[in-house]
Amino acid sequence: MTGTQPTTRSQPMGRTCPFSPPEGYRTLREEAPIAPVTFPDGAKGWVVSRYADVRAVLADPRFGANRRRVRPGDPTPADAPLPPPPPGMFIMMDGPEHTRFRRLLTGQFTVRRMQKLAPAVEKIVAEQLDAMAAAQGPVDLLQAFALPIPSLVICELLGVPYADREEFQENSSMQLRLDASHEQVQQAHMAMNQYIHQLAVAKRAHPTDDILSGLVQSERLTDEELAGVGSLLLLAGHETTANMIALGTMCLLGNPEQLAALRADPALMDSAVEELLRYLTIIQYGLRRVALEDVEMDGHRIEAGSTVLASLASGNRDATQFSGDPDVLDVRRPSSPHLAFGHGVHQCIGQQLARVEMKAALSALLDRFPSLRLAVPADQVPMRDDMLIYGVHELPVTW
Amino acid sequence: MKIVIDEDKCCGAGQCVLSAAEVFDQRDEDGIVVLLDAVPPEEQRAPVEEAAARCPALAIEVLP
Repeated sequence: MTGTQPTTRSQPMGRTCPFSPPEGYRTLREEAPIAPVTFPDGAKGWVVSRYADVRAVLADPRFGANRRRVRPGDPTPADAPLPPPPPGMFIMMDGPEHTRFRRLLTGQFTVRRMQKLAPAVEKIVAEQLDAMAAAQGPVDLLQAFALPIPSLVICELLGVPYADREEFQENSSMQLRLDASHEQVQQAHMAMNQYIHQLAVAKRAHPTDDILSGLVQSERLTDEELAGVGSLLLLAGHETTANMIALGTMCLLGNPEQLAALRADPALMDSAVEELLRYLTIIQYGLRRVALEDVEMDGHRIEAGSTVLASLASGNRDATQFSGDPDVLDVRRPSSPHLAFGHGVHQCIGQQLARVEMKAALSALLDRFPSLRLAVPADQVPMRDDMLIYGVHELPVTW
Repeated sequence: MKIVIDEDKCCGAGQCVLSAAEVFDQRDEDGIVVLLDAVPPEEQRAPVEEAAARCPALAIEVLP
């Protein structure tokens, strides 16, 4: 029979609601959950948009962690062989190579260890709130609160001087910009690595009680690997959580009945944090994988070498997985595993830390400023549509 | 109910501890899953099954 070949679509882009993924994903989930697509740069591949398929792709070792960046300005042709992952960039590695790095770090991020860290995080949160209160409104909540908390915490854990934040925040930001050229991203990546490398050299001479010193002393990584691991943890450790805190606050302020429920019953904070993670899913375009062999999925043949985009945000709005209306923020939603931290062996290593930070930050913020509100109309808040990690560029608030 | 874990698959995400802290723990050194009770009482079934469903590395098997 002819004409059964599914039509190639464009990757859905452009949000109509600042808190929801592009509308096109709804159509994809209903009509073509495993769809051949053209990415914004013209490269061809696939998008999976349903919860079950996203999980299946991310848990399947036949799909490798993609090492190609599909973005405008990337000179690499889509069908070029996979480049080797940069040293230490274990997020781009597969199999035993990935496991070797992951196992060096997982002990540092266990549930117990992160829960023990909660009082220290709460102290940092309280200090930021003191400074904010003293400054009086309006302030930019991102710079005054949401960014310093995870930055201070990850700096403390890794052993990175917080005083150097301007440099590493700039380099992080450049690596996440969708409009940055290949060269700009490479340069920022190198600068970040160099920075960590210098720190590691200093720690070899004078080790302290932190993750970088521990890695240096373990002598299981080369200097290049150590620099790669360190810069990855530093980047992932502050950008993501900062945006979840700021965007999460904006989202609660935009859903006053949910905010009121949370204020009336602080015990709801655990489920509210999970719900915000699900609802907002700030890894906005999802995770890329590459088929390492031909894979059959639901009658589709995904050829070896094809790029597959697993949309975390779309999977997190799949009505077959989440009870009630998944497009509605519901801080009382019964627990269901969401995809905000990804799935499979690459699932976020810092997720327990993120939970501790979000809980401490949101609880104390709501408690301290009962009359917190946006200082500008919501449609004037600059959203991070131009970044790999979604969120706000600034969030003017007053109280 | 009997639980079988595959340490080699475990990626130390900690989802099992969040779901069923009485049954699962993590090793301090490398974050790998530790089974506190391989044959937990029946009232632990729901959290244990949730732990297995949440495990990103599919490292937990629950046998009847």
